[in-house]
Amino acid sequence: MFEQLRDWEKNRHDYAKAWKERTGGKVLGYFCTYVPEEILHAAGVLPVRILGSHEPQDVTEPHIFGMYCPFCRDCLAQGLKGRYDYLDGIMIAQSCLHIRQAYTSWEKHRPPEFSYYLCMPNHVQSPRALPFLTGELAQFKAAVEEWTGKGIGEADLDRAIEVYNENRRLMHAVYQLRKGENPPLTGEEAMEMVIASQMTDKTEHNEELRKVLDGLPTRQNGRDTGVRLMIIGSEDDDTEFIRMVESCGATFVVDEHCTGTRYFWNEVEPRQDRLEAIAARYIERVPCPSKDWMERTRIRHILELAKQWNVDGAIVMQQKFCDPHELDTPAVRKALEGEGIKTLFLEFDVTVPLGQFKVRVEAFLEMFSEEDLFD
Amino acid sequence: MTSRQTYETRPLQCWGKAKEIRQNFYRDYAQAHEDGGLRWSGGAWTFGAIPCGLGDDVYSLTSEPYGASIAANKEFSMRCLEAAERAGYARDLCSYMRNYWGSVILDEYLWGGPFPKPDFIWQDHICCSHAKWYQVVCDHKPDIPSFCIDVAVGPTGELNDNKLDYVVGQMHDGIEWLEKVTDREYDDEKLIEAVYNECRSTSLWAEICCLNKAIPAPLEEKTMFSLYVLGTLMKHSKVVADFYEELRDEVAQRVQDRIAAIPNEQCRLMSDTQPPWGFLSLFRYLEEFGAISVGSLYTFGLIGMWEEMPDGSWGPRTTPQDRGIEIKDRDQALRILAEWNLSKPEWQHFYSPHLKTEMMVRIAKEWSLNGVLLHYNRGCEGLSLGIAENRLGLLEAGFPVMTFEGNMGDEREFDLARTKGRIDMFMETLGYKRSRKAGDRS
Repeated sequence: MFEQLRDWEKNRHDYAKAWKERTGGKVLGYFCTYVPEEILHAAGVLPVRILGSHEPQDVTEPHIFGMYCPFCRDCLAQGLKGRYDYLDGIMIAQSCLHIRQAYTSWEKHRPPEFSYYLCMPNHVQSPRALPFLTGELAQFKAAVEEWTGKGIGEADLDRAIEVYNENRRLMHAVYQLRKGENPPLTGEEAMEMVIASQMTDKTEHNEELRKVLDGLPTRQNGRDTGVRLMIIGSEDDDTEFIRMVESCGATFVVDEHCTGTRYFWNEVEPRQDRLEAIAARYIERVPCPSKDWMERTRIRHILELAKQWNVDGAIVMQQKFCDPHELDTPAVRKALEGEGIKTLFLEFDVTVPLGQFKVRVEAFLEMFSEEDLFD
Repeated sequence: MTSRQTYETRPLQCWGKAKEIRQNFYRDYAQAHEDGGLRWSGGAWTFGAIPCGLGDDVYSLTSEPYGASIAANKEFSMRCLEAAERAGYARDLCSYMRNYWGSVILDEYLWGGPFPKPDFIWQDHICCSHAKWYQVVCDHKPDIPSFCIDVAVGPTGELNDNKLDYVVGQMHDGIEWLEKVTDREYDDEKLIEAVYNECRSTSLWAEICCLNKAIPAPLEEKTMFSLYVLGTLMKHSKVVADFYEELRDEVAQRVQDRIAAIPNEQCRLMSDTQPPWGFLSLFRYLEEFGAISVGSLYTFGLIGMWEEMPDGSWGPRTTPQDRGIEIKDRDQALRILAEWNLSKPEWQHFYSPHLKTEMMVRIAKEWSLNGVLLHYNRGCEGLSLGIAENRLGLLEAGFPVMTFEGNMGDEREFDLARTKGRIDMFMETLGYKRSRKAGDRS
């Protein structure tokens, strides 16, 4: 049922190259989920998220000091090694400093036809953020129009907004099914679905999601749910880790990741000014911790997810050296534990020590059956 | 390479005054409540001129210099860092921040007594940590009202009305917020005066740094750290602006009289990012090779404001008052303050390391440098940003570079002996021999 989505997730470069050949369109790699993909889609450009490959590498040391997160270095390695050499452009929407370096070094050493740094505001809780981002999007739209050589009309934006909103609604529908006592999909499948959506044309992804949703409610996946887990934290596309945990008597029923809910949770609400509508969506979305100030709104959202998805425990992870998440982790764990939700904290690198993590995960899961020990 | 050239040296006459200003700053903050005054805390980069509109009895504690001061006290710093770690905060976070948090958690002020809790927080968000720094403070000291301004609108060369409006709009909101949380009426005249002072002090600091183009250099960087810091405490104050004027005059006189910072200057270097504050003896070690660090983009451009002069060289930015601009109202004052700060050289690399490389190469050329020491500073995510690209850029421009890893505020991440070993090798490569002990100025 999830084969096509998995194939897109695993063979993302093949997909993008084939799309390019088939459509003759341009492909743009982006570094952060604050990039307003709707504008690119409206211009006929395929936005694909740049992620790492989870392989040890030795090409980024001259470019990024080792105290920055392994994810940004892994992303840059993909560029330096030519894995994304089919890209016509790259862009970033301002978020953390770490990933910014992958963009600036890529732009310098593998200059593409088009590159763009979007000043996504950090103070999303300020009323000043909306007019600012709306203005920045107008400038961005003009740059894309100049690059592609064609205008982006309101009808194009409306169509793109609807395609993206439908994609969000469909993924929401899949996530709703995970609330059940026996979720019909694993956390690994859910993660593959969301990552695939970041790599593919959303119209095709929507079509595939509709097929999945036809059969998913009645799917019997033949596994015990076990402990209902949530995974929370920084960028995480480590499907191998998710699979390992789910082989230990647990199922991830929900997440709070930018390769998960943070990516698709809210829709673009219609407004007369389409760019303002898009800007509002990115300002009001579930924030990355780098933008979640002065109030920590994200914690409220995490607790709500945990409650609605009936979560027993949470794995709180982060990419090593990820400052924004390190600044939230103690407060996130305290809030969860205050609600009786046990947590396990793990720090990820490009590759994770699956054996060691498995021991820690098993010990964590054992905490949920401690009463059984004395039966 | 050896040289018998020796220069006359002399202590700075205004050194004592600099110390006094710094001491008063920390004392005034702690004692503000005694006379009904207000205390606020925020970063050294924050728009400190704005709270001046609340009155003359409003004192600040700027967080980075406070964290650095703690770092120089190794015993207290260790207790602070460990307190932050016990509270669950990662060791690789900003070490100024961890020193500061530790002081809050332990409830100990570096200069004695309990930590003086601020009445409000007035911050700006420059890196991933700046706004969140105070979220954590509020986790431990609840009920401190907080306001933070986002300044991430792109490099100064791309500034337009939309970007400036965003920053200025937040400033206006911030003033309304200040009135609300302090229950004081805001005085625009005091704001205007503070803006004039800030432009004057930061332009003067750049002028002082320019004087170090002279050979021999009248100042070495270890001394400059103790002088530029006044700008990080209260660049908007008349006290600091007046002091920098006095300092500028004294340094100019030193240049005219060929008074050197070190007697045996042969090799001119610059550093980068904050130094490991507990190990400033490194700069004295350089002197044993006849080497002097004449500054850095950090020392020049964190507080100094610059512009290109008619002859193409880098010089102090012309202040609004020198351009004949009379600030008439709050909005005009805020727009000038925002635009002035967004042009800060040390702010540009947040958007691209290549902008920083250009400025570093310019310094290397105009200050006649022989090499560069890059501190790969584990303690500061913001200023180490792109530093590896700076290394490549400097090498490409033909300047020898030595890198060393360390931490500005966590001594556990700095290896003095190893760093000295690297300096030995670097100086040997440049052709300089170690010829005398530090402190021997005869």
